[in-house]
Amino acid sequence: MSNIKDSQGDVWEVFVQSKPGLPHKHAGSVHATDKEMALQNARDLYTRRNEGTCIWVVPLNSIVSSLPEDSGSFFDPSDDKAYRHPTHYVMPEGAKHI
Amino acid sequence: MTKNEALINYSLRIGDTCLILGQRMSEWCSNGPTLEEDIAMTNISLDLIGQARTMLTYAGEIEGKGRTEDDFAYKRNEREYFNSLLSERPNGHFGDTVARNFLQSAYFYHFYNALISSKDNMLSAHATKSIKEVTYHLRHSAEWVIRLGDGTSESKEKIQNSFDEIWDFVGDLFETNEVDRLLLNEGISVDQTKIQQEWNSTVTEVLTKAGLTRPNDGYMQTGRLEAKHSEYLGHLLAEMQFLQRAYPDAKW
Repeated sequence: MSNIKDSQGDVWEVFVQSKPGLPHKHAGSVHATDKEMALQNARDLYTRRNEGTCIWVVPLNSIVSSLPEDSGSFFDPSDDKAYRHPTHYVMPEGAKHI
Repeated sequence: MTKNEALINYSLRIGDTCLILGQRMSEWCSNGPTLEEDIAMTNISLDLIGQARTMLTYAGEIEGKGRTEDDFAYKRNEREYFNSLLSERPNGHFGDTVARNFLQSAYFYHFYNALISSKDNMLSAHATKSIKEVTYHLRHSAEWVIRLGDGTSESKEKIQNSFDEIWDFVGDLFETNEVDRLLLNEGISVDQTKIQQEWNSTVTEVLTKAGLTRPNDGYMQTGRLEAKHSEYLGHLLAEMQFLQRAYPDAKW
């Protein structure tokens, strides 16, 4: 994501859902001056090859992102807490999809 | 005139308008005002060329002389093309293109909606498939008409001029001749009078929303049904057909 402002309108982040029930995934961004145009541009750029069944567009300035300098305090503490993964249980025989 | 002759002509009218407007839209490729709009217009071009292929192929099948879609596209002259005069209008500036596409897309939208009920299976299937694409073309162009009309004083003046200048060519869309009458009796073609009413209400609704003035219906240029065209079609064909004309039947 970038905060660069140019003459092509605001930046909108695009999230595409590939199938009903699946989460919307970030696909990229588009320029547009309003939400309807953002939706149309996203449709033209990111769903031309059957990629999606639903699109979200979100104004870039509405997204709150953690900062690179936060990553130590945010993410490192989980490095040594292996017990948070359910890997210490004995799986019953024949159980699938776990 | 036989039913088959009428059906060939009817298919060419649809296919030719799609092909010529598709070729016009392809001229925007790499020239769009923004990257997003460039891709949108090129997408629309590809949709239209796809629709043209179906109709030109169908015309060749009914004719039964072995002519392919390419023969129809690349080996006919101006006076053998049945596209609307509107579709061959030059792109001009972005507003000119938006105005032209909006008027033609609104036509196709109501035309295909009616053609879905055609007793000809191929035309009905073509309309059913194409209506989805055209619904988007109409939405795309209508949203731009509204934004340009309701934008700045400069954008409003420009798009109003675009409509004023192109208005002489809308009457051509609704002209009919014996082809229409023959096929309408067979339940194959659509009632142009009804299409015109629906088209009028769509156009008036969007222009009103955009704060624009609907130009008065005065003298209308016609010629589509007799394959009589403006000076622009010849230049368009010269570019589109260059390779075929310079290197006949060239293969990759």
